[in-house]
Amino acid sequence: MSKLDKSDVEKIAFLARLGINDQDIPEYATNLSNILDLVEQLDSINTDEVKPMSHPLDSVQRLRLDEVTEVNDRDNLMAHSPEVEAGLFLVPRVVE
Amino acid sequence: MHNKTIAELTAGLKAGDFSSVELTRHYLNRINSLDEQLNSFITIVPDLALQQAKQADEQRAAGQATIINGIPLAQKDIFCTKDIKTSCGSKMLDPFISPYNATTIEKFNHSGAVMLGKTNMDEFAMGSSNETSWYGPVKNPWSLDTVPGGSSGGSAASVAARLTPAATGTDTGGSIRQPASFCGITGLKPTYGRVSRYGMIAFASSLDQAGPMTRTAEDAAIMLNVMAGFDSRDSTSVDEAVPDYTADLNAAMEGLKIGLPKEYFAEGLDDSVAKVIEAAVKEYEKMGAVVSEISLPNSHLSVPTYYIIAPSECSSNLSRMDGVRFGHRCEEPKNLNDLYIRSRGEGFGAEVKRRILIGTYALSEGFYDAYYVKAQKTRRLISDDFNQAFKEVDVIMGPAAPSTAFNLGEFSDDPITMYLSDIYTIAVNLAGLPGMSIPAGFVNNMPVGLQLIGKHFSEAKLLNIAHQFQQQTDWHKKVPALFV
Amino acid sequence: MQWEVVIGLEIHVQLSTRSKIFSGSSTAYGAEPNTQMSTVDMGLPGVLPVFNGEALKKSVMFGLAVGAKINNRSVFDRKNYFYPDSPKAYQISQLYYPVVGEGHIDIELDNGETKRIGVTRAHMEEDAGKSLHENFHGQTGIDLNRAGTPLLEIVSEPDLRSAVEAVAYMKKIHSIVRYLGISDGNMQEGSFRCDANVSLRPKGQEEFGTRAELKNINSFRFVEKAINVEIERQMDILEEGGRIVQETRLYDADKNETRPMRSKEEANDYRYFPDPDLLPIVISDEEIEAIRATLPELPDEKCTRYVSELGLAEKDARALTVDRNMADYFEQVQQAVDDSKMAANWLLGEVSALINKNDMDIKDCPVTAELLIGLLKRIKDNTISGKIAKEIFQAMWTGEGDADAIIDKKGLKQITDNGAIEAIIDEVISNNPGQVAEFKNGKEQLIGFFVGQVMKASKGKANPGQVNQLLQQKLKS
Repeated sequence: MSKLDKSDVEKIAFLARLGINDQDIPEYATNLSNILDLVEQLDSINTDEVKPMSHPLDSVQRLRLDEVTEVNDRDNLMAHSPEVEAGLFLVPRVVE
Repeated sequence: MHNKTIAELTAGLKAGDFSSVELTRHYLNRINSLDEQLNSFITIVPDLALQQAKQADEQRAAGQATIINGIPLAQKDIFCTKDIKTSCGSKMLDPFISPYNATTIEKFNHSGAVMLGKTNMDEFAMGSSNETSWYGPVKNPWSLDTVPGGSSGGSAASVAARLTPAATGTDTGGSIRQPASFCGITGLKPTYGRVSRYGMIAFASSLDQAGPMTRTAEDAAIMLNVMAGFDSRDSTSVDEAVPDYTADLNAAMEGLKIGLPKEYFAEGLDDSVAKVIEAAVKEYEKMGAVVSEISLPNSHLSVPTYYIIAPSECSSNLSRMDGVRFGHRCEEPKNLNDLYIRSRGEGFGAEVKRRILIGTYALSEGFYDAYYVKAQKTRRLISDDFNQAFKEVDVIMGPAAPSTAFNLGEFSDDPITMYLSDIYTIAVNLAGLPGMSIPAGFVNNMPVGLQLIGKHFSEAKLLNIAHQFQQQTDWHKKVPALFV
Repeated sequence: MQWEVVIGLEIHVQLSTRSKIFSGSSTAYGAEPNTQMSTVDMGLPGVLPVFNGEALKKSVMFGLAVGAKINNRSVFDRKNYFYPDSPKAYQISQLYYPVVGEGHIDIELDNGETKRIGVTRAHMEEDAGKSLHENFHGQTGIDLNRAGTPLLEIVSEPDLRSAVEAVAYMKKIHSIVRYLGISDGNMQEGSFRCDANVSLRPKGQEEFGTRAELKNINSFRFVEKAINVEIERQMDILEEGGRIVQETRLYDADKNETRPMRSKEEANDYRYFPDPDLLPIVISDEEIEAIRATLPELPDEKCTRYVSELGLAEKDARALTVDRNMADYFEQVQQAVDDSKMAANWLLGEVSALINKNDMDIKDCPVTAELLIGLLKRIKDNTISGKIAKEIFQAMWTGEGDADAIIDKKGLKQITDNGAIEAIIDEVISNNPGQVAEFKNGKEQLIGFFVGQVMKASKGKANPGQVNQLLQQKLKS
């Protein structure tokens, strides 16, 4: 049984930068634990000899020619951005 | 007029029985008067639609009509549409006016189609009932107390209610086929990579695929002729010749080898649905097809495998929704993390949050191998089952969903049970195969869909098989009483 | 206690492609903010990456140059973290299957020995945008022009034992990428950056100590200083019995200290997984060999050849081959004047002195190889003396034309006519009767005085050898 508790959920939520109301955390913890229980079915299958499959078709990356195909489209791209000044996206001050 | 198929409407436009502007007005009027009951559209674009219709009429007059010229369509609100809100059913993207068009939208524009509006959907395509949309649930036109299925619920409901001749959908775990089944329409999920994903907001990149939602297989073939093809903007798009999908619709069913997976008729399937499916398969036998039982022994792994892979990919895909460059941004963020946490906390609904959390957890340090890599391995087992089966049969048939449409709110406290209802559709996405759902009968006046699963790139064959059924039956012609 | 320093470097090299690694936007430096940002670079919903084949080719060139195994199949992974200069909130990188496997380079130590340093791996990834901290009402501005520029991250083994070795390694890598033409290596523009992992362990101990990672050091000088102050900091802590915390630190050049980095730290669970939007990168052995055939002669090979074929001293050969432009310049001059030592002396003397003084790249040197060849030819044919040549070199530097023009204009042609020289000597002798008498009385060291006077009177143009010979004759007669 993979039971997630409140602090697990808080930790994961922070990794995902996802605001969750305190009162909802127990429900998420239960939901997530149930999903993990469902997933645990996979543990019963021996997959030692199986190659992981990341893509449905066994194909290979196409290589693009090194050509500049894009032009400046800043005004269009940033027209509906939440906060913009002097052609820049603004965010709360970043401290390094 | 609204009971006509795309094929019939095209004939009418050609003959000059009506213009595209008239046709478009008719559908806009129906949406205006009827959609209040369904909530199948998020955005309606009457001005653009009439402008496109006028242009289509002019093209036709000039002898330059293209394949889908002047036909009104609805686009799922997952496709980016330039200068038009593209919400993906989420508060997060409610303010998002896309600065570019998805490849699919471009293709329809070039083909002379008319866009009526953008259809409602589960938030970021996560859901099987359309109840997770920030814009409220969509109702099933066959019974307003039931769900239309999801995530392409708006598209399915609008096609079934004759608010549009056809619509686009996307399918990550059944999101075209299950709503098609619940609403009694024809839905096709093509082979992974057949239709470009560029501009289609990603849920799970290795599973997502767009396809047509129509009333008939013939219309689906016409739509797929527009949608399919290689796109240099999508690395996973396949550079394989696109046949004319209408060319082989009339091929005979004589000798067709149909496989029925015993796992798809086991416990969990509603008895009355099973009877409908069995009757449909009989129909094929009458046409000369040969039916055998097959096994997809790893079917039971589909749901758990999917619920690792899809949330993992989505947790990463949805990270770009951070309130910085587009979409919802919280008021007066105190600092950078506050901006991220509140914007995302406010913008996403509960189901999306659940999946982001699961995916984040599955990929996190110490769990990656146990969950993600493990699921990639079971994914191969599931895929291999199909490869094995297709050595014996031409097409696999079964139900698209274990039941007919369920009631609104029925699973709202029990997300896991709802996940399990995708059992018959999910494996097809994991294996990247083409699949369809076609109307096959009714249970208590609610439609039942027959699922067809084919080999990679066998869309033409599936459409042929579906079309032949529709020549023998008229389930696809039934209209919900409220929308006649 | 005796401590041993252990250093490993991660060098980020911007690959000099025209377009970005996953989009068709330009990579040119210095454009207006966000004008080289496409839908893909902005990380808009629905967009997808398409891989630039040139980045693969350039990465493979590097791998071959350091004798590394090239992986026929490599895979792009997503490195997930939230930061405003990372528009998708993940960086596309290669963790599990990098394109370049294990290789090595040789560095030269101060004592003249060489030391082999292991290259663990090199992988392709995309660069982030830039955060601008000027005052936007207390906010930070984000420019995504650089986002998506192709990078090759080169990871060394922890084989380096001092800051000096670290710099030597970094300079060698810099030299190699510039020889290959896969990067401009411009450190001011951020095309060549370095992270250093620094730890200490008691001498003789097998196990590594806890390391600190110094982020984003962008000059050779700062790498040395940053590592040295970090070594001191760690040593102070360890000597007092303290423990080193594993963390990321920033070097502050103004204060010459390192301090912990506050951001990016809190979430260092990157949740790497294969990017489902991209397919495996596959390159065949034939394709790899075709790239190998295009590799230029590399600095070590060149250096060896200069010693064995051109007879240069090892030290000079090394100095000439660090920078490919320098070596190209040298070879052009050497071939034209057919005098390796003369060409080497001029390049390592006059030319290097002026370009170093002006902090200039050899390719921007106003005295081009053609100009220098013109000058050296006039020394070889005795038109001018070496001393006059230096004067002409200065004039060429300030743009006064080629050597012949300057010789003409300033009348610097060497006087080799015996009659003309004798006339000057006669004048000097008659003007200095006292010194002549002393010389004749046996004070022969005065010859130097007379040569000086003659050279002065000829404004340096008289051939010094002839002057000496004729003076001896006249004074002793």
